[in-house]
Amino acid sequence: MSEQVSAQRAADSKPGPVSPDSWHYRQINARAPGLGYLSNALIDLVRDGHPIVAGTADLQYSNGLVRFAKVHPERFLQFGISEQNMVSAAAGLATTGLYPYVATFASFLALLTCEQIRTDCAYSALPVRLIGHHAGISLGFYGTSHHATEDLAIMRSIADLTVIAPADGPQLAAAIKATVTHPQPIYFRIGRGQDPIVYPDDTAFTLGRAIVHHEGDALTLIVCGTMLHPALAAVGALRAAGLSVGLIDMPTVKPIDRNAILTAAARSRLLLTVEEHNVIGGLGGAVAEVLADAGTPARLVRHGIPDAYSLIAPPTHLYRHYRLDAAGIEAVARGTLG
Amino acid sequence: MTSATDAAPEIDPVTKDIDSATIARLEERALFVRLETLRLIGIAKVGHYASAFSAAEIFATLYYDTMRLKRGEPQWTDRDRFLMGKGHAAVGLFPILADWDFFPKEVLDGYTRLGNPLGDHPDMRNVPGIDFSSGSIGHALSGGLGVALGTRMQGKDINAYVMLGDGEMQEGQVWEAALSAAHHRARNLIAIIDRNGFQLDGRVDDIMGIEPLAAKWRAFNWDVHEVNGHDVAALAALLRRVKADTAREMPVCIIARTIKGKGVSYMETEPGWHLGYLAPEDEVRAIAELKRGGAIR
Repeated sequence: MSEQVSAQRAADSKPGPVSPDSWHYRQINARAPGLGYLSNALIDLVRDGHPIVAGTADLQYSNGLVRFAKVHPERFLQFGISEQNMVSAAAGLATTGLYPYVATFASFLALLTCEQIRTDCAYSALPVRLIGHHAGISLGFYGTSHHATEDLAIMRSIADLTVIAPADGPQLAAAIKATVTHPQPIYFRIGRGQDPIVYPDDTAFTLGRAIVHHEGDALTLIVCGTMLHPALAAVGALRAAGLSVGLIDMPTVKPIDRNAILTAAARSRLLLTVEEHNVIGGLGGAVAEVLADAGTPARLVRHGIPDAYSLIAPPTHLYRHYRLDAAGIEAVARGTLG
Repeated sequence: MTSATDAAPEIDPVTKDIDSATIARLEERALFVRLETLRLIGIAKVGHYASAFSAAEIFATLYYDTMRLKRGEPQWTDRDRFLMGKGHAAVGLFPILADWDFFPKEVLDGYTRLGNPLGDHPDMRNVPGIDFSSGSIGHALSGGLGVALGTRMQGKDINAYVMLGDGEMQEGQVWEAALSAAHHRARNLIAIIDRNGFQLDGRVDDIMGIEPLAAKWRAFNWDVHEVNGHDVAALAALLRRVKADTAREMPVCIIARTIKGKGVSYMETEPGWHLGYLAPEDEVRAIAELKRGGAIR
């Protein structure tokens, strides 16, 4: 890590004693390559003259918005621990011509403020940006209350709400910038900032467009969000072993890229979705709907968190347990191939 | 349970700066709200008569004396905004919006019919002049906070008026917004509580008591006023004073003491009228009473 980056991370860290042994210390000092992208993207939007405002509910260190708050205090709103108030207020802000970006844990956004998102933001077609961070099981031993394994299913069923699950910081930044003037609300589902970087900083993003990393004849994996990084490793290993396995990143979960799905289905006839979400209603559900609606004979296997409450453990242990790390995904893919 | 403060509420005194012509006009507009409410609910065959009646003078005063609006321009960016937590009283607001030429008056005639934008609750996406959708009680004060902060950030002098029901005080989000608005010094946020005393299941004080209400809002660092919500002169004077008070840093809470079903004698005494439908002979009687003005004030 460069001196400059290290100094910036220190500036963004929460004041007060932090144990070098703590998860928090590691997040801000050692392994949080994705943490600064949200703030930096929003700072760029202000620089480019966009009428944006950012807010959070007592999580400015977790989502890195503290950096934005320091650069643009006049455009930052701290709501304290009042998520419902924050989302409704964001809708009010949007009625005045601003584009509000409000961030909190994905579990709280999707479950606690679900109705505020539906009725105040989506029903009213207001351009509110909802940033659900620490999605999936990435909050590890903080437990089920903090895990978001239902958010894609909930958000996907809200009319006029776009759902984007970027794979990493650069794709989040690209997605934020590409959608800045989108006239309706967007739910961004992101990880915890510790997720490895996959894409370069100048990566492109087109709303509703999948990114094909590999094409395959035997099997195609369709993944979103933080699952891209381990899936790339898994597919790399399978291809090195001579198996014709494809890989599609589906950052826009809604509206989903039907063409990409049907093209892959026509080619490989066997699809495997991988998501950090309940296997019901998320990416796998969305792909299943496309296949069923098109009447394709392709077979689909949905891999994710089974329909049960996730266990408590450090995140890396959970990913291994649920076979959502590279080795696990590779094993599931091999099992799918039979 | 009531506190000493709430047992003897300090009602804001009626100031003498509202001329008699203004008073007469506002009273006439409140009558217009009630008569139109009767007509529209007659089309739907069921609706919230009593909730709209308790708010009639508040609607009339805001839209014909207090708020800065431009005829025929519901999206005028410098307009004051109105949000309603008690969205179920929107039937009383729609006729006012049509009267401001925000949409054609004929739209009112299809109230609640398939394809018509006017339903029991207001929809900002489809009804010009509605500044915020509602229907789920408890969101509107937060929405108003966003409006107040958003307009302030953009250097505009705009007030956000939010009408809340007294039953709405039971929603937790109201108090999140109360805390937040005072913290952010949202001086251009003005909440008006329609304290008519009743909710769907009965008397507010029996279902889930909210007193001492004024003391609660004062404790949340709001500038609190109490007023007779059917006295247009008192309402207009208070709202003008609030608007002129440039020294204030805190948001404003106005507790408007009202009577549910105000204006129709048999509604005033029967809480069951929160939601209902009048038989034709009852409607004739209601119209006659309203036009006679017997029960008003």
